[in-house]
Amino acid sequence: MALSRDEIREGMSDILEEVAGVNPDDVADEKSFTDDLDVDSLAMVEVVVAAEEKFGVKIPDDQVANLKTVGDAVSYIEKG
Amino acid sequence: MSVNGSRVVSVGHYQPEKILTNDDLAKMVDTNDEWIVSRVGIKERRIAAEGQKVADLAIEAARQALENGGFTAADIDMVIVATVSAKDLCPNTACRVSDALGIGAPAAIDINTACSGFEYALAQADMAIRTGATRRALVIGAECLSAVTDWEDRSSCVLFGDGAGAVVVEGTDDPELAISPVLWGSEPSMSDVIRIEEDVPFIKQAGQTVFRWATTQLAPLIEQVAERAGLKVNELAAFVPHQANLRIIQGIAKRLDFNDDCVVAEDIVYSGNTSAASVPLALSKLVQSGKVASGAPILLFGFGGGLTYAGQVIRCP
Repeated sequence: MALSRDEIREGMSDILEEVAGVNPDDVADEKSFTDDLDVDSLAMVEVVVAAEEKFGVKIPDDQVANLKTVGDAVSYIEKG
Repeated sequence: MSVNGSRVVSVGHYQPEKILTNDDLAKMVDTNDEWIVSRVGIKERRIAAEGQKVADLAIEAARQALENGGFTAADIDMVIVATVSAKDLCPNTACRVSDALGIGAPAAIDINTACSGFEYALAQADMAIRTGATRRALVIGAECLSAVTDWEDRSSCVLFGDGAGAVVVEGTDDPELAISPVLWGSEPSMSDVIRIEEDVPFIKQAGQTVFRWATTQLAPLIEQVAERAGLKVNELAAFVPHQANLRIIQGIAKRLDFNDDCVVAEDIVYSGNTSAASVPLALSKLVQSGKVASGAPILLFGFGGGLTYAGQVIRCP
C-alpha cells in the first residue's frame, strides 16, 4: 500500500535528523532544505541516497536541484 | 629473472613551502574558514612557487624515497610518474626526474588516470617487476593543481593543492610482503563529470554526482581490493584513499567494516586534494609517523577523473 504524505514526511524527518542533524520539530512542507534547514549540497546527496533506500524510489542527480523544500521531496516520493 | 611479486621498500614526499590557509582564500573569493572546513574538511593546502613545475615536485619526492631506502640512482631501472597536471607534453615528467637524479637508462613512463594515477602506476611497476623486465622501480605521484585551478570559482578553488609522493618498489619472493593484484577499472559513461579540457583549462566537476558515486559505489570495490589480497577489511592496519574531500573519505569509511585500530588517512586536512599525489603523499606521512608496523597491510585506493579507480594492498615498509 502506498505511503501517505504524513508517513513520507515522517520518514524524511528521520533521515534529515540522522544525516544532517536537523531537529524533527523544524521539518514541515514549506521548509527549504538549504535556507531553513541548513542542509548543504553534499548533505542533500546523503539525504537523497537515504531516501532512495528507504522509499525504494530513484532520484537522479538532475532532479535533486528541483527538490527545494521538504514538500517538493514528499511529492516526488509520493509519485514514486 | 622473474620474481613472484614486488613490494614497496621505501617512501618519500615533498610539498612546496607556501601554505595557503582558508583565511587567505577568504581574501580572494567569497568564502570563510567555517564554510570550507564544514563542506570539505580542508584547513590549508600547499602551493608551488612561481616557476616550480610538476617535475620539480616529483624530483624532490623521488629523492626522498631513494634516500629513505638507502638507494642510489644506479639502483633504479624504471621511473613511472602519475600526473594529470604536467603542462609539458615532451619530454615526459619521468625523463625529467630521471635526468635530474642521474638515473641512467630507465624505462620512463608518465601515466594519466587523474586521481587514481598512482595506483595504476604502482600496478604497472608490480607487473614489470614480476615479468623480470624491471628490477627496481621508482613510482611517483606529482601534481601542480594550482596551475589548473580557477581561482575565481569559490566552489572549486578551496579544494586543490600541490605536492608529490614517491615509493621504491622491488622484487620479493615472500608472498606475505607482496603487493596484491590490482583491482582497476573505470566508468567511462561518466567522463564528463570531472574535466580539465583545452577550451576551459581548469578543473570543473559536478560535485554532487562525484560525491554520490564515491560514497555509494566505491565501498564494495574496496572490499574486493582486500579480497584480492586474501584479507577482510577488518584485518587492515591502515586505509589510504584518494584525498578528495574529508566528507567523501568519512562517507566511504562509514560503509566499511574497519576495526577500531585501523588508521584512515586524512592528510587532506593539511594538503587539500592533490589528485594523483594524494595517496603517496598521505602514505609517506603515515609510514614516517610510525603509526603502522612494518609488514602490516595498508589498502590504497584511488578514484576520480575519467571516472577511473584502482587499488591494491601493500605491506608497510
